[in-house]
Amino acid sequence: MGKQLLLEHINVPGLARLDVYRANGGYKALEKALKMKPEEVVEEVKKSGLRGRGGAGFPTGMKWSFLAKPEGVPRHLVCNADESEPGTFKDRFLMQHNPHVLVEGMILSSFALGANTSYIYIRGELLYVYHILEKAIAEAYAAGLLGKNILGSGFDLDLYVHPGAGAYICGEETALIESLEGKRGNPRIKPPFPAVSGVWSRPTVVNNVETIAATVPIINMGGEEYAKIGIGKSTGTKLISACGHINKPGVYEIELGLPVEEFIYSEQYCGGIRNGKKLKAVVAGGSSVPILPTELILKTAKGEPRLMSYESLADGGFATGTMLGSGGFIVMDETASVVKNLWNFTRFYHHESCGQCSPCREGTGWMEKVLHRILDGHGKQSDVDLLWDIQSKIDGKTICPLGDAAAWPVASAIRHFRAEFEEYIKNPSSIKDEKHYYNVRNEKAPVA
Amino acid sequence: MPKVTIDGHEIEVPKGTTILQAARMIGPEVAPPAMCYYTKLKTSGGYCRTCIVKVTKGSAQNPNPMPKPVASCRTEVMDGMEVVNFTSPEVLEARKGVVEFLLINHPLDCPVCDQAGECHLQDLGYEHGAAKTRYDFERRTFEKIDIGDKIQLHMTRCILCYRCVKTADQITDGRVHGVINRGDVAEISTYIENAIDNDFSGNVIDVCPVGALTDKTFRFKSRVWFTKPVDAHRHCDKCSGKVRLWFKGSEVLRVTARKDQWGEVEDWICNTCRFDKKQLSDWTVEGPSRIDRHSVISQGHYELAKLKLDTGKKLKELHGGK
Repeated sequence: MGKQLLLEHINVPGLARLDVYRANGGYKALEKALKMKPEEVVEEVKKSGLRGRGGAGFPTGMKWSFLAKPEGVPRHLVCNADESEPGTFKDRFLMQHNPHVLVEGMILSSFALGANTSYIYIRGELLYVYHILEKAIAEAYAAGLLGKNILGSGFDLDLYVHPGAGAYICGEETALIESLEGKRGNPRIKPPFPAVSGVWSRPTVVNNVETIAATVPIINMGGEEYAKIGIGKSTGTKLISACGHINKPGVYEIELGLPVEEFIYSEQYCGGIRNGKKLKAVVAGGSSVPILPTELILKTAKGEPRLMSYESLADGGFATGTMLGSGGFIVMDETASVVKNLWNFTRFYHHESCGQCSPCREGTGWMEKVLHRILDGHGKQSDVDLLWDIQSKIDGKTICPLGDAAAWPVASAIRHFRAEFEEYIKNPSSIKDEKHYYNVRNEKAPVA
Repeated sequence: MPKVTIDGHEIEVPKGTTILQAARMIGPEVAPPAMCYYTKLKTSGGYCRTCIVKVTKGSAQNPNPMPKPVASCRTEVMDGMEVVNFTSPEVLEARKGVVEFLLINHPLDCPVCDQAGECHLQDLGYEHGAAKTRYDFERRTFEKIDIGDKIQLHMTRCILCYRCVKTADQITDGRVHGVINRGDVAEISTYIENAIDNDFSGNVIDVCPVGALTDKTFRFKSRVWFTKPVDAHRHCDKCSGKVRLWFKGSEVLRVTARKDQWGEVEDWICNTCRFDKKQLSDWTVEGPSRIDRHSVISQGHYELAKLKLDTGKKLKELHGGK
């Protein structure tokens, strides 16, 4: 097992309680940070090479340094806990079992950014986690870790948890900000970016849960030490939520740079493919990143072993690569149907499109209908090209990345598994024989 | 002042000008079509994506091209920026895609739609779309809703441009209508079908690019190209009173605001002028309206009378030498 930074004490009973968290070294980073200057904290995060864990992988230190600092205007830090991508459940796990690491990260990040009011925007469905966080925050207030003059440093911070209403689109930072302001969760048109005009038109930084939590070990061990973990520009550890046809689904903390093959087959992690089947495909970073077949996920097109890192997974571009994304690792064995799985993803994006801009509003529904027709046994050979054309007209033409997220899985499934689409269209009876699929309406449960 | 080059035409524009505005300053030959952007409405634009263009050079300082096509209506020009619109096959293809998306759930009931003839979606489809659709599923439909006694909302035709929402928000007091639901079932609606009761509510009809919001006093009276537009004014204490009257014979069939070259209203008008003043005696007529000669409405032949043309020669010119 590699280095464990966020999940180190995850098995300690009662870690969600403040006393237990402190007994295991909690809030040491905060004490250390409050003795530093805010700029020094930012500098440490820059040195650590930490990159956004929400999906895009943008360097966090750089994002922080973009924050506008006009005189007399309050700034805000918002934690994006609206984790709703199919296949990703790392933030929920972290918040549920170790809420104080997020609270501590929020306090020290707010200190670094000079924010006196910060928010955790949590997905509406995670109401039980909301209560856990509320309890953790109440404990922190009682212990003088939040509120006025934190630990005698003169720094004030109020931290609020705001539950959303369960919209995937609110995970997009500007839609999140709209929703936080009490409006309809529609993405804003950028520019202006949140760093200049975010919540209530004030400069705002929006960071993923894991990103903010990662600042705690960074301050504890120092940015340079943290940068030694991982590989190249992918520094530190990453939470991966593994699911699908594997022996041990769950949330794992890995050192970036771990070979994909080791992650899937090693007993420490996924423990290999269920029932001794063969690996067929992997969606490496949550539903929106391109799906890759076995030969491309284990090795890059150049024949080098593929590693769990931002660069290695993206090697080859979208033609032969994918993205680390948010770390939702979905494994499919040889019995899985890529087309059915794709339909399920597309149905999700159709349902979650906000309806502001036309390519995404109309295109996601169209793709879902075409895929449904194929699975219904009424597909036409031209449907594959039609799907390809629709996705190409959504990709990159929308206000926010939801359009891209809806287009990429379709593009990659056709790119790597075109034959499967054509087989379904040519021979509709092959669909009925399929036993392994999941979440398909009006069908029998999968046979293990 | 920043200089921007659009399709090879260079222009110097004030700081803060968007690409679309700069293109309109050059002229219609480079101006991208816009279905949701409206100069008079703040924060409008960015939704329909028909105005997307490609920025091949970001600015003089940062000459890199922008990675994705941008909505020209919401992107400000930078000094030294280079933009391609009609000269880029990629942009034309992307725009064709947008038109197709806008049309897949549109009923195409132009033969019975009052907007036909002055519909921006018709123009857009004709100029930038494909001749055939590839969409063969059932189209989305809605029931017609009356918004007050003068305006009808037919959501089936709506392209969700948000113009009426912004109009109601910015021109009228106490907005009661907006967007409910999301994705492809999102719809414009009044709060629990409340009637819009406001002196300026009629302007939502003028800003609607399609036939989703129509004037109930004009519905099914006449095709627009059989009516003759004239500019007229009256003294009005609520609005400017500058309107366009649409005649059939000596009867005023409807009153609208005057629209400019880009199909945008010049002055907002009040409901009294729009719905209640349908007598010629209410108005002082200024003269025939200038209508783009490409519009079907211009078959009223005012151009000829107005310009006192030498018929044979000028007619030829007028019709592009054909």
